[in-house]
Amino acid sequence: MARAEAPETAPDPTAAAEAATLEVPPELVAQSLGEWFRAWLTRIRSGDSGVLPVILALVIITIVFQAISPHNVFLSAGNLVNLFQQSAVFIVLAMGELFVILLGEIDLSIGYAGGVGAAVTVQLVQPATTKWPWWAAVLAGLLVCVVIGALQGTLVTRLRLSSLIVTLAGLLIWQGTMLIVLGLAFSGYPSLAGLDSNRQVLYNLMNGTIDPVISWIGAAVVVLAIAALLWFGDGRRRRSGLVAPPVSLTLLKIVLIAIVATSVVAICNINRAAFGTQEGVPWVIPIVLAVFAVWMTILQRTRFGRYVYAIGGNPEAARRAGINLAAIRTLCFIICTFTAGIGLLLYASYLGGMSGNINGGQLVLYAIASVVLAGTSLFGGRGKVIHGILGGLVIGGIYNGMGLLGLDVRWQFIVTGLVLLVAITIDSLSRRSATSGSAARV
Amino acid sequence: MGQVIKDSPAAEPRFKARGVDKHFGPVQALTQVDLDLYAGQVTALCGDNGAGKSVLTKCIAGIYEIDHGQFFWEGNPVHVRSPRDAARLGIETVYQDLALADNLDIVQNMFLGRERLRSGLLNEDDMERAATKTLADLRVTTVRSIRQPVASLSGGQRQSVAVAKAVMWNSKLVMLDEPTAALGVVQTKMVLDLVRRLRDRGLAVMVISHNLNDVFEVADRIAVVHLGRLVTQGPASDFDRQSVVDYMTTGASSRSGPRTDADGATSGTR
Repeated sequence: MARAEAPETAPDPTAAAEAATLEVPPELVAQSLGEWFRAWLTRIRSGDSGVLPVILALVIITIVFQAISPHNVFLSAGNLVNLFQQSAVFIVLAMGELFVILLGEIDLSIGYAGGVGAAVTVQLVQPATTKWPWWAAVLAGLLVCVVIGALQGTLVTRLRLSSLIVTLAGLLIWQGTMLIVLGLAFSGYPSLAGLDSNRQVLYNLMNGTIDPVISWIGAAVVVLAIAALLWFGDGRRRRSGLVAPPVSLTLLKIVLIAIVATSVVAICNINRAAFGTQEGVPWVIPIVLAVFAVWMTILQRTRFGRYVYAIGGNPEAARRAGINLAAIRTLCFIICTFTAGIGLLLYASYLGGMSGNINGGQLVLYAIASVVLAGTSLFGGRGKVIHGILGGLVIGGIYNGMGLLGLDVRWQFIVTGLVLLVAITIDSLSRRSATSGSAARV
Repeated sequence: MGQVIKDSPAAEPRFKARGVDKHFGPVQALTQVDLDLYAGQVTALCGDNGAGKSVLTKCIAGIYEIDHGQFFWEGNPVHVRSPRDAARLGIETVYQDLALADNLDIVQNMFLGRERLRSGLLNEDDMERAATKTLADLRVTTVRSIRQPVASLSGGQRQSVAVAKAVMWNSKLVMLDEPTAALGVVQTKMVLDLVRRLRDRGLAVMVISHNLNDVFEVADRIAVVHLGRLVTQGPASDFDRQSVVDYMTTGASSRSGPRTDADGATSGTR
């Protein structure tokens, strides 16, 4: 806070002793890229590594599976697009679960709660029975999810029941409900495969692709928009003397985003079909990015988001600040199941229909594992929406790579479980070292 | 009791409590408490554990509603039934646990619950500017960045942020609960300096403290509660350590000291 120091005549002697270099995020005090980078290294050495471990995990997974997958198929365009699609389900579920985890609560039911919503949607568009237009069916399915979230959230916040128990009960109840919905009026499971354009829309959520040229244009527009937001936002803050990253760092962020966008579009635009053509960015990528953008804006830029973090960090402080804890908490449970509804709809699209065999218990654990191994704390108050994307890609990478190796589901369970264990160990240890660090200075 | 305290004509207390009773079930926590808090003065509220300091503070802060008696704000009778009522009058309290969210940064904590918006979204620039100005006015300059999380602050810095948060809202009376408990020597000095700056800005300040060093260091006036009764209050210069200890432990003192009914409202000396 160098700007505020001018009128100080007698600098407080504690200043030097309290220069808490380690825990101050480096971007706050650095004036240049070099300085920022050195501060960042210091912070990593002190144990607060941010998203670095999950990015390292992504790199390691890529290298290992590329080396050992048959015919080095892991990094082929076809497999990478498939990986994006598989990860999309985990990513969306993880972004929903994040809202509840930020409160220090948990929602174990989202696999099947979202499943009920997806089952309703898929049933409603069946041409043999209800024939609802796809958008109405999607709205109905998501509305069901909202009701489920409101119900569970109300039980947790108003009756003060443990979210673990409420949603564990939900896990069973919604699985049963989903099976009942799937069993209505049909023998066998409702499908999304079919030539009618109504069901085709839902099938294409996951499987449809955008024309390569339009993919490029779309990516360019998105990157330019983000670049403009970052550049002018940071620039305005710098000019008015507020805390802002150095120019070079803003540029670096923009370049990184451009590189990622270019790579993704380039990979997706390679013809990945063995015969004929199959190319372009799958619809699911912009869908996931849209969910990401909306939830990130809500968490970072609105009062509601601020209160979610405050409640996760110190509920008593939030209460004294006049925040309506019950309302915010219930809304988080609603957002969580609503997002799960989107995730399971994408899953149904991926499967080409809704099946009673989906493993909602595994899905929710993957969702929790995703955010936690990317750095979200199960104790609440710490986590970002981007963690859902990074963690979801790691889980999706493991899932995909083990499938390529022909390892069956037994080994997938074990490896995923081990990854989760490692992630929460890191969470606990880093939390412990952070606590002891600040205790030493009090 | 129920004695009437004569105000000196020069200075009407910013806040007056008269004949305040508060009980919880069969326990009488406060009995006929009369208290005066003056603008531009630091009043130390002393008392042994369980004497009723916290209950009295929470009544003024609107957390508890009083059973009998009357509060006066700048001479007018007022009812304080909720923290919101207190905030509306300009009464802010910094509790011992500070009520800061560790995971939020300084600006976010200072504006928690009263965020400024621009077209529906948080107006971070505006909030950061206002928070920076408040901290600079209070000369809280030891924090490295106003955007660092509160978890990375020292105890004294946290206390400063909590105080700054309380005075941001045009508050006129700030009550600090044990502000220097658990602080080291240097940090205690930093917080006491901050308390003096609040006084110099014309706020009425009440400091609840056990620590007689701090009390005599910073207080203009001293009030002592004993077993739920306010046994004495007056300018700090009328007390010495021994008399305050006597009042705190026995409710009376044989040494010199102001009698509540004789000399309640002499304007304080600095």
